[in-house]
Amino acid sequence: MTILFDGIAYGMVLFVLSSGLCITLGLMNFVNLAHGAFAMAGGYATVVLTTRWGVNLLLALPIAFVVTAALGLVLERTLYVHVYGRPHLDQVLFTIGIVFMSIAGIDYLMGPQQQFVRMPDVLKGRMDVMGVGVSRYRLLIIVICGLLTIALQLILSRTRFGSQLRAAVDDPRVARGLGISVNRVFALTFAVGSGLAGLGGALGAEILGLDPTFPLKFLLYFMVVVTVGGTSTITGPFLAALLLGIADVAGKYYIPEVGAFIIYSLMIVVLVFRPQGLFARN
Amino acid sequence: MRENPTPPLPASDRARALMTARARWTLPEIVFWLAAAATVVFLPQRHIMLNEIAILALFALSLDLLLGYAGIVSLGHAAFLGVGAYTAGLLAKHVIADPFVGLLAAGFTAGLVGLVTSFLVLRGSDLTRLMVTLGIAMVLYEIANKAGWLTGGADGLQGITMAPVLGLFRFDMFGRTAYIYSLTTLFILFLIARRITNSPFGASLTAIRDNPLRAQAIAIPLNPRLVAVYTLAAVYAGIAGALLAQTAQFVSLDVLDLHRSADVLLVLVIGGTGYLYGGIIGAVLFKLLQDYISSLTPEYWHFWIGLILVVFVLVGRERLSDWPRLLWQRLARPATERAP
Repeated sequence: MTILFDGIAYGMVLFVLSSGLCITLGLMNFVNLAHGAFAMAGGYATVVLTTRWGVNLLLALPIAFVVTAALGLVLERTLYVHVYGRPHLDQVLFTIGIVFMSIAGIDYLMGPQQQFVRMPDVLKGRMDVMGVGVSRYRLLIIVICGLLTIALQLILSRTRFGSQLRAAVDDPRVARGLGISVNRVFALTFAVGSGLAGLGGALGAEILGLDPTFPLKFLLYFMVVVTVGGTSTITGPFLAALLLGIADVAGKYYIPEVGAFIIYSLMIVVLVFRPQGLFARN
Repeated sequence: MRENPTPPLPASDRARALMTARARWTLPEIVFWLAAAATVVFLPQRHIMLNEIAILALFALSLDLLLGYAGIVSLGHAAFLGVGAYTAGLLAKHVIADPFVGLLAAGFTAGLVGLVTSFLVLRGSDLTRLMVTLGIAMVLYEIANKAGWLTGGADGLQGITMAPVLGLFRFDMFGRTAYIYSLTTLFILFLIARRITNSPFGASLTAIRDNPLRAQAIAIPLNPRLVAVYTLAAVYAGIAGALLAQTAQFVSLDVLDLHRSADVLLVLVIGGTGYLYGGIIGAVLFKLLQDYISSLTPEYWHFWIGLILVVFVLVGRERLSDWPRLLWQRLARPATERAP
């Protein structure tokens, strides 16, 4: 049970991390391999805030979101916007370049060692819920991520902005013709996506481990979530992330010698047989 | 309308003449290889680095076959480099230490892996290909990492001793034998690649790259051609990996790492895609750059590589990488084609 619980928490974090990528990669058809860099930025922002400036973790999380969203907005407006219409090869090269720069930059600023987030005492330790040992921090993660998921789903399906985004993605030209400021919608979406990545990085720093190689280490995990989940809905990636989280935690616990092998192979199999994702409606 | 004095040749003859003209050796090409050969004599203290350049050039050449000629974007080309390196390393360690047998075996194994995985890669769009190639490289990385009893895991495969090349030339510590050996291999494989790309088969690949729909319409079998070139590229990368393992007498997990695939993409982007010298020129420039930057900041040189990538894309990949190619084409274009 504890493993299942940890797996769910892990999967939730993965979902929040990847949700931004679902939109840029899946909807905007932009290969953003640098997504993990934003997550790392959020993680490091939290580390600096909690350990050096003594900010409470609960307060640091929203700050991490805002900081990475702002970072994403700036980068989108200055750099990414030039690469949208380019061939995929250009996008790959460009975002790999960003990843390399972020890795070396963080290494330079913070050192290569793993970083830890300082947690308030309330969140430390475990508690007993109906005979299951539950880590308080993971419980917090599940609550936050669950709320975020619902909010995302509502925003995308119910609000005016959500429909503008879907319209802009489906057919940018017509959307523009209808008076939707496509560039602004994309910029905002990109910023929110980056912010979510940052929040995920902040939340997951404790579970996933945070060091300068983070963007590369988890790149494939994000990709798995997006590809397996498909991009037509938000529930697809959500289920995929949960599955991935549970499978990964259980796999590492029961058959550690196999490691991440299963997950990678699973992704390839899914890609080959269902290129549009496991939960996609055709 | 001007009257044609002589009846035109039949199309097949004209095509043949065009292909031969294109395949003709030109002066700059000969000078290029002579200069490469001259480095053996004139730059004895840089042989270790030159050896690395030759291997990287072969690796880039292999990716160029895939990306430049067939238009397949791969993010996991290091997979084949790694397969080749481990094959050569294990073979030398446990079975037979002859370098040539190692090369052949590595090429064969990598080609086999390429053949099998090509069927996965050829499905779907660019995006799917990217992820499948990346995924395959990661799977192989995990296998090499976990199969410590075979590959040495994270410690790397140690204790490889190579027999002398042809039973005559020992691998020395100055890298002289290694460099000559790698350069010769590169040259021979380059000749083969040159022959292939100048053949009708090579022309059909560029046709597929430029417009798959039309290529199909003129009866080019799309998938068999792509499978063939993917396998060929895998063989080349495998041999590059074997060279790496044999000349370093060590294989580390690093050969399968993602940054290898990214580096080789950058090499190709610097040198320009779609002509065989692109990979070689790119490898020379890349290594010189790497050498220079890491002498300034040994730990953070990836930052500058990243910066170069970003700048390249923003300024326009074609615009920047065109200059070596245009220069090359201007120099190397056969006289017959230059005439209007």
